[in-house]
Amino acid sequence: MKKEYSKEILDEIGAKFPQASVKIHAPRRTYIRVPRDDVYGFAKFLFEEKECRLSIATGIDKRDGMEIIYHFSHDPSGTYYSIKTLVPKDDLKIKSLADFLPAANWIEREIHELLGIDFVGHPNLIPLLTAETWPGDLHPLRRDYADEHKDLKVEKSTEER
Amino acid sequence: MKRIVPIGPYHPLQEEPEFFKLIVEGEKVVDLEINIGYNHRGHEFVAQKMTWDQVTFLVERICGICSDSHPYAYVLAVEDAAHVTAPPRAQYIRTIIGELERIHSHYLWVGLAGHFIGYNTVWMWVWRYREPLLDIFELIMGNRNHYAINKVGGARRDILPEHYSKIEKYLDLLEEKNTMFTKAVLDDPVIRARLEGVGILSKEDAVAYGVLGPTARGSGYATDVRKDDPYDAYDKVDWNEIVFDEGDVLAKAKVRLLECSESIKIVRQCLRNMPDGPIETRVDEIPPGEGIGRHEAPRGEVFHYVRSDGSNMPVRHKIRAPSFMNIPSNVVAVRGYSIADAALVLAAVDPCYCCTERTVVLRNGKRELTGKDMLRLSWRKTERLRRRYRR
Repeated sequence: MKKEYSKEILDEIGAKFPQASVKIHAPRRTYIRVPRDDVYGFAKFLFEEKECRLSIATGIDKRDGMEIIYHFSHDPSGTYYSIKTLVPKDDLKIKSLADFLPAANWIEREIHELLGIDFVGHPNLIPLLTAETWPGDLHPLRRDYADEHKDLKVEKSTEER
Repeated sequence: MKRIVPIGPYHPLQEEPEFFKLIVEGEKVVDLEINIGYNHRGHEFVAQKMTWDQVTFLVERICGICSDSHPYAYVLAVEDAAHVTAPPRAQYIRTIIGELERIHSHYLWVGLAGHFIGYNTVWMWVWRYREPLLDIFELIMGNRNHYAINKVGGARRDILPEHYSKIEKYLDLLEEKNTMFTKAVLDDPVIRARLEGVGILSKEDAVAYGVLGPTARGSGYATDVRKDDPYDAYDKVDWNEIVFDEGDVLAKAKVRLLECSESIKIVRQCLRNMPDGPIETRVDEIPPGEGIGRHEAPRGEVFHYVRSDGSNMPVRHKIRAPSFMNIPSNVVAVRGYSIADAALVLAAVDPCYCCTERTVVLRNGKRELTGKDMLRLSWRKTERLRRRYRR
């Protein structure tokens, strides 16, 4: 049946990453805000030491920057640890997790093309979902995208259909 | 010498858009490149322009096979954000529909897998008993697919008492037939020879790629949202998590077949203990905040993340379907096997591209393997094995 919520992970987080601020939303939903440079180390800690599995990452275009949330799932306790960080809009860069975590490969490519965030150290940062004729500097999930590119027409593939 | 065998942009077996570049040396697959994005519909963007109630219907249309799983995960996410729980009766109804859907989705896969290896009897058989289940869906919800049963704060329709006996009757039939299939499929020496030891995904790779559902459980990695993070009625019923350690296609088939009998158990218990009462709580507004909803869909965990600013529309809605995590693991699972096996291995994760994908024409002067060729290769191999066993 239901396993107990693991408090010790939270204590360790407090000791290891003093800058992290933890918010417990519901018994098995925890959000942790960390500075951008800590994300890599934090994710490595969750994946390698705490046996968390990377579920997915979410990118959000906010007024004060782009927010990236890595959702880690700790299956023995059924808890979600979501690591949040804010990337400033004038410097859209963050260290990629894909070098030790293959699960991060596709989703970082997706966030890169939809929001234009540069994942430093990603082995293969090419578009995942958009067409190959899609202009690389257009990011369709950005807030300003719909207003600026109302009349955008994407060229059809030059190859015969 | 390395050669490239392009498969796609339609999945040769499941007629869904994606492109596999098999890099082969002779008959052996040495590497695989995957290209998706042929049918990307931008649900996440569209969801931000719709009201909370409309999004339920939008996400229902993400997938045609497991059309209950996305709205289920979505309403759980919104309920998490708004701190509401559905009344007990609604929870039981949602669990029942979720489990019935698992049976029909797993049967679809077993039937297709039978077709791929040239066992059309399995295909016809399994689908014959899948059909009455769709009739039950129609009886309860007026639709064979796209049930629209989920609603933020409850269920949209009730299961009427006169439907109970019909569902029970179907489950009796199914229980008997499911045991028969499981035995028939697993005891057949040719099917065993075809599936055993093929497309092995190790537990380490399963963890690293973050695979989910039967793909993970067939590799000895026990992850099941229904056990780990029970929602609705799942912690009020008794059932077993099916895990096998082998990691090959046979293990995945076993997980799926045995899970169907667990689903039958769950539905039976739910029907027996179904509480009376209202089927929805009124949710007037979604406060600012965020919520995560997880549901164990037939293919693995469906994950929805919503963020609200207190208005009538989500500010951000992230959708993650299980195939998004399962498909990349093909790269390691297919390496080292023959092209005839590749067809099967690539289908073993029960991929569902409805979640991601435009059209493209591939004309690079190289030999293109069509779906028919792949099927023929696969059938020929089974035929060879069959002859060997007959001797």
